[in-house]
Amino acid sequence: MARTLFDKIWDFHLVGQRADGRDLLYIDRHVLHELHAHHAFTLLEKQGRPIRRPDLTFAVQDHTVSTSAGRDDNTNPSGTAFLRAMREGTRKNGIRLFDIGDPEQGISHVVAPELGIVLPGATHAVPDSHASTVGGVGALAFGCGASEMTHILATQVMALKRPKRMRARLDGRLGVHVSAKDVALRLIAELGVAGARGYVVEYAGSAVRAMPIEQRMTLCNLNIEMGGRSGFVAPDDTTFEWLARRPYLPQGGMWDRAMDYWRTLASDDDATFDRDVVLDCSTLEPQITWGTDPSQVVGISGRVPAAATIDPSRRAAAESAFAYMDLKPGTPLAGLPVDRVFIGSCTNSRLPDLEVAAAVVRGRRVADGVVAMVVPGSSTVKREAEAAGLDRVFRDAGFFWGESGCSMCAGGNGDRGKPGERCVSTTNRNFENRQGVKVRTHLASPVTAAASAIAGRIADVRQLRPGAG
Amino acid sequence: MQPFISHTGIAAPLLTDDVNTDQIAPSVHSGGLKEDYKAMLFSRARRREDGSENSDFVLNKPQFRDAGILVTGHNFGAGSSRESAVWSMIANDIRVIVAKSFADIYRENCLQNGVLPIVLEPDAAEAFIARVIAADGAAPFTADLNTQRISGPGGPDVTFEIAPAERTRLLEGLDDIGLTLKHTGDIANWEQRAAAAQPWIQSVRDSR
Repeated sequence: MARTLFDKIWDFHLVGQRADGRDLLYIDRHVLHELHAHHAFTLLEKQGRPIRRPDLTFAVQDHTVSTSAGRDDNTNPSGTAFLRAMREGTRKNGIRLFDIGDPEQGISHVVAPELGIVLPGATHAVPDSHASTVGGVGALAFGCGASEMTHILATQVMALKRPKRMRARLDGRLGVHVSAKDVALRLIAELGVAGARGYVVEYAGSAVRAMPIEQRMTLCNLNIEMGGRSGFVAPDDTTFEWLARRPYLPQGGMWDRAMDYWRTLASDDDATFDRDVVLDCSTLEPQITWGTDPSQVVGISGRVPAAATIDPSRRAAAESAFAYMDLKPGTPLAGLPVDRVFIGSCTNSRLPDLEVAAAVVRGRRVADGVVAMVVPGSSTVKREAEAAGLDRVFRDAGFFWGESGCSMCAGGNGDRGKPGERCVSTTNRNFENRQGVKVRTHLASPVTAAASAIAGRIADVRQLRPGAG
Repeated sequence: MQPFISHTGIAAPLLTDDVNTDQIAPSVHSGGLKEDYKAMLFSRARRREDGSENSDFVLNKPQFRDAGILVTGHNFGAGSSRESAVWSMIANDIRVIVAKSFADIYRENCLQNGVLPIVLEPDAAEAFIARVIAADGAAPFTADLNTQRISGPGGPDVTFEIAPAERTRLLEGLDDIGLTLKHTGDIANWEQRAAAAQPWIQSVRDSR
């Protein structure tokens, strides 16, 4: 019988079925972060339960780490206890930790693929809702809570109900300065913030095939913002070339064997999905959020929608968003004054994200009064960006260039905006108070964020005046 | 896990959709690993900008201060996977959440902690919400998992559906890890099979 790729990966990893009917799904790679890991270390020690596969478990310090040069455990005092508990827990349990100061430290969802810790057709879990970022290399990844994380540590499996399957076919050639971020925001706008709830999403179509791996990761990263717990792109030559020689992947003859298997990883032509959605991306312009959930999106040339045009069930949320964002229906997005710009997070902090943003910034200056930050997704990305001179481009323009971590995505490290500030951010959530109390977040792509920093206003990057350089 | 059999409490209406976990359990950045989950619940919504209490927020209204049941809209618990968004409910003795739908991870986090997530079909949900509003905290409701019924003022008992296995797990307070550890043999067998079929998946090391 024809099967989707999701079914193939799920069936391969099926260990058994529990008495309560849940499928036990083997988790090939489990990555922890310091904000939640201590719960599991404490609980398992209390229960006297060992960690089944510390060798398949990795850990990062990302949520609470300072982005300041020369940082240590105390630079962000609210993170100190978490960083130390993580160090202690991983040491006791023999888990490889990418700690502060490690040349490969960074955001879990950036570090795991770049080192080859995650691989095509493998299952993956992180106690973080953006786990499915690594679906960009063809892995089936699940975000989870602290209890499920503890369960995985003790058993190396997750007890799950088999989800439904959705295929999102994204067709058409993307325009200049249009990227996966814009595609994902448009898809969330179309499907809604709960549109993929209960589904695993396979992203397919010509627009996806043309995307480099980093953009596929951006796409899969935002899957949870439409309610989907997991989303992925079937691996192809782009994937294999990107993965080749990453240090934690199989090497030599074993790589060849793995490749033989990875090449089979595709949905059968006649496989059926529980839901099929299609989006034509060929006419898409850069997208930006106007409200306080990631489905409140318009094109950069658009306006804050009039209440009357909004679905009645969504109108109360829109009214509340207008008030929080201090926006009136009908106001054009482009031209709104901006106080802060953030480029980073598991959504948009990989090297190509920084390259395209730097290309916009080069030879220009951040507008007066705008606080602009770039925080690379990993120390590896930071090092590579510096080797390419990108740090100079950003710094010369007036950007802060930070040490890697989650930073202003959720502000867990103290990087937060001030009340009332309007911030263009390459992150994933424009929720109220997320980037600081009363901060008004507009989600957008790296080039839109860069252009807005230069203009001092929300800007259409395609209309930016030529810079000095 | 603390079993869930039945729970009686004032039902508080929080009638918005897509309430996210950033709202339910704002990160407080207190610096300690042990957090005050009781104070965490909706801590931003409970206060005005000047720090004074926001008397408009439902859980601050006198009749709902000790609510034990939360009644809400679609997609409750969207966003971050933080389990503190369930722990903060328990710390306030809210053990039942009645919603039109739940975000996937949040619902699982409820089941992991003995909090009963009840989904009512749209019509039933609207009728129940009307009763909760009419009751206005004057009399409590009871959610009974044995009978799968909610009883309380303003009408007949409301039945709700839950998967039998999830019901058992809650009623008996089953240890989720314990349930899975009964399959240790299956897990070891799988590892052996996988190591033979795809050795690269069962072993990972830095090749440098």
